[in-house]
Amino acid sequence: MKLYGGGKIITGLIIFFFLVTFPFFLNIGKVNAKPEPKIDTPEIQKLAEKKCIEPKAFMRAEHMKLLNDWRDFAVRNGQRLYVNSEEKQFTISLQNTCMHCHSNKKKFCDECHNYMAVKPYCWSCHIAPKEKES
Amino acid sequence: MGSIFAFFAVIALVLIAFVGVSAGNMQYLFGVVIPYAAMIIFITGFIFRVLKWGSSPVPFCIPTTCGQQKSLPWIKQNKIDNPSTTIGVVVRMALEVLLFRSLFRNLKTQLSEGQRIVYGEAKWLWLAGLAFHWSFLIILVRHLRFFIQKVPVPIQMIEGLDSFLQIGAPLLYITDVVILSAVTYLFLRRVFMPQVRYISLPADYFPLFLILGIAATGVLMRYFFKVNVTGVKELAMGLVSFINPDAKLLEGIGVIFYIHLFLISIFFAYFPFSKLMHMGGVFMSPTRNMVNNSRMKRHINPWNYPVKVHTYDEYEDDFREKMKGAGIPVERE
Amino acid sequence: MAKFTAKPDELAKIDFRPPRTGWMDTPVEIKEHMFCHAAKPKELETVGFPNAHEWRPNDEDWKLPENWERTILEGMKDLLGKYRSFRLFMDICVRCGACADKCHFYIGTGDPKNMPVLRAELMRSVYRGNFTLAGKILRKIAGARDLTVNVLKEWWYYFYQCTECRRCSVFCPYGIDQAEITMMGRELTNLLGLNIGWIAGPVAACYMKGNHLGLEPHTITSSMEFFVDDIETITGIRVNPTFNRKGAEILFVTPSGDLFANPGTYTAMGYLMLFHELGLDYTWSTYASEGGNFGFFTTNEMAKRLNSKIYAEAKRLGVKWILGGECGHMWRIIHQYMDTWNGPADFLEAPVSPITGTRFDNAKATRMVHIAEFTADLIRHGKLKLDPSRNDHLKVTFHDSCNTSRGMGLLEEPRYIIKNACNHFYEMPEDTIREKTFCCGSGTGLNASENMELRLRGGFPRANAVKHVNEHHGVNMLANVCAIDRAALTTSMDYWVPGVSVCGVHELVGNVLVMKGEKERTQDLRLEPLPGKEGNE
Repeated sequence: MKLYGGGKIITGLIIFFFLVTFPFFLNIGKVNAKPEPKIDTPEIQKLAEKKCIEPKAFMRAEHMKLLNDWRDFAVRNGQRLYVNSEEKQFTISLQNTCMHCHSNKKKFCDECHNYMAVKPYCWSCHIAPKEKES
Repeated sequence: MGSIFAFFAVIALVLIAFVGVSAGNMQYLFGVVIPYAAMIIFITGFIFRVLKWGSSPVPFCIPTTCGQQKSLPWIKQNKIDNPSTTIGVVVRMALEVLLFRSLFRNLKTQLSEGQRIVYGEAKWLWLAGLAFHWSFLIILVRHLRFFIQKVPVPIQMIEGLDSFLQIGAPLLYITDVVILSAVTYLFLRRVFMPQVRYISLPADYFPLFLILGIAATGVLMRYFFKVNVTGVKELAMGLVSFINPDAKLLEGIGVIFYIHLFLISIFFAYFPFSKLMHMGGVFMSPTRNMVNNSRMKRHINPWNYPVKVHTYDEYEDDFREKMKGAGIPVERE
Repeated sequence: MAKFTAKPDELAKIDFRPPRTGWMDTPVEIKEHMFCHAAKPKELETVGFPNAHEWRPNDEDWKLPENWERTILEGMKDLLGKYRSFRLFMDICVRCGACADKCHFYIGTGDPKNMPVLRAELMRSVYRGNFTLAGKILRKIAGARDLTVNVLKEWWYYFYQCTECRRCSVFCPYGIDQAEITMMGRELTNLLGLNIGWIAGPVAACYMKGNHLGLEPHTITSSMEFFVDDIETITGIRVNPTFNRKGAEILFVTPSGDLFANPGTYTAMGYLMLFHELGLDYTWSTYASEGGNFGFFTTNEMAKRLNSKIYAEAKRLGVKWILGGECGHMWRIIHQYMDTWNGPADFLEAPVSPITGTRFDNAKATRMVHIAEFTADLIRHGKLKLDPSRNDHLKVTFHDSCNTSRGMGLLEEPRYIIKNACNHFYEMPEDTIREKTFCCGSGTGLNASENMELRLRGGFPRANAVKHVNEHHGVNMLANVCAIDRAALTTSMDYWVPGVSVCGVHELVGNVLVMKGEKERTQDLRLEPLPGKEGNE
């Protein structure tokens, strides 16, 4: 097949090929680290029943929505009491409730957030817990 | 009706993925085999199509000139719409590809009372087209976060800008709203404008529904039926580094993800065989990508061949006496 | 055939509602007054076109040759391999519809198959069905169909309802140019001998006699004599044109229509006066006596065969460069095709105006200059003495020709000349001029009489814009730079906007040119009294 104006066409196609395949070139042969959020903080170890405020599956999928609701309840409505699906009560507070157990932001929150390049804006108001560099 | 056919075709695709994954447990097929196949078809098909175009020459210099030519030095040339240099063409093409300049010219021609033809603004098609294509591009770029271990800052910035309104959680992407509205508009104009409906083929509705399906499943997945998103990234990273995902990972991702991925696979596999190739074609259109310099520089036609002509000598033989009678000089008396 | 008698009021009632049936299921109806007579076999044979035969468009049987489907499909394959434009434009249309209401034939007829997108789909459907995988498998779902006699008739009817004006291509986001597709359609119909008389006749005449009208050498000189006499009557000066003169500096080529039919003849007189006043060393040619090229409306090869005469004659006469008169498609060809076909013009020199010394760098390879470029340069350098008050009775507007605006970009040069030759110049609405100009309705060889309804419908958008300036500014003269315009717009104006005349730009120049030693002018080039000057006699 003879090409006319082949230089430009081939250049264009090479750019096209690179654009659609560059994730392959970036990753091939590299080890992909999976995120492994840790729940081994002293506070969690102490718990008799290692349960979060809602079931694990719900927390995994909906924690962002729950935190967003909590923010609205607490900051906008002054409501500080959360009743979960098992009728148990919790104080609505990121720092005193969530981070009380999950004191390891770096190994818990950031693990997945960094992996997915998600940047929650929790910490633009809240002060991140002080952690020792590990 | 083309639109109904196309609609049910996309519904069927959704059902195939749904049944295949939820009842047939064919996560590997939908999550690995089909995406790879689609990618291969897309890349080779696209390249083949472009090479096919490239194998036909451009025999003549035929730019559509949309402004004043370069002629006398004191006449202001329109250097973009009637380019006489490569730079002019590059600017013209950039405006065409990035901003849809030609479509921006669009007019509405109407016959009004008293048999007057009136020309009105008609920018909606341009606006919706531009909104749709740019949203699509930004969404594609955003998705790179699933394919790169350490997501580069520019991609993070695009993501940040796209969600800067900070509505809800997860944050609402502006492009999600824009693409859904724009595609809906593009569909509605096909249905409600009689002329456009008349020219529309099933092949025009199908990509619209397909893209609508892709965007809708994506939106559902992000905001409503959540899936194991780190699992999705693990799968995606596996795909681009040729690591076979294990069954547990595949099963741990919700079915809606597989529907989303299947529609995308169909989209890319369908691409080279369809009008979607306008993506490559726009760069190769001779009425836009050529320099209007054909009187300054000879354009070569590779298949130019000698033709039979009626020569002057033959002409003079036919009319010699008449020419002499009229006092016109002749070569041979 | 009944005479066409519809009144403007009736014709302007246009129904834009598409039919209930889809376009593939709506068979073509060959309507009277909308098509041209078939070409005479003799004329096609003169230039060696295949399958010349007697047939009539409104007959059921077109007497197609054996295996005509194969001829067409092989022809298509050949053209797809030769023209990237064709292959690309078959593939990438998204049917957005931006072109739909841009076509003068669609605006004037409301026939959806006159939307450029649908005119192209007539061909694309066959392309898909025969040359693409999706079309071969999915058939109608992919918008594919078979090539049948009805499809062929539809092609013929609608590809001879397109004047290759390129207006659609201005608005298309991919620059898809229906002119390219129509050209291919006409190449293909010509493989089967399906041409029209109004094209085949001029082509044969031009091939044998050097011009479309078939003017023989002595007829050219004698009609020029009439012009010379008239010029003497008007100015008292006898101009002295030469023919086929070797050693002249410049060869002048213009469409033959201007030598024969009003109002083009007045433009030709304008040229004669201008060249005489300049003392230009130039010659006419009887062999290359046609600037236009109806071959362009048949096949690329035929166009090249006719065009070859210009360079051949320039070479034989030993001129330095070529000057071209006012014409539309002639200039598309000279600008975008001539050098490629019949160049390089290395036997000529890069054109330099002998009067002003201006080098026409924009024509340095093709070595042919447009008369508007030439004259604008003269005026700019103050080389012409003009008395625009002689055109004071005229309120002038300018019609851009399709080809010079969209296939060249000659927009300001003629306007500059007009503004110097007239005191009253008014532009038509912005969306109907320059690159958005409308066709006269009769281009590409469609200016016959039997297709009058088509021509008037196609001319409707242009006429409508003229009517606008006629009503608002009292415009009574429609200037242009195209021989077909001069013929076609005259008909169109008489029908749609009575009272507006049509002229070439160089007729306006001839009228206001103050010639050395001329007598007091009392008549214009049309030998009509000059208002305000009659009393001087």
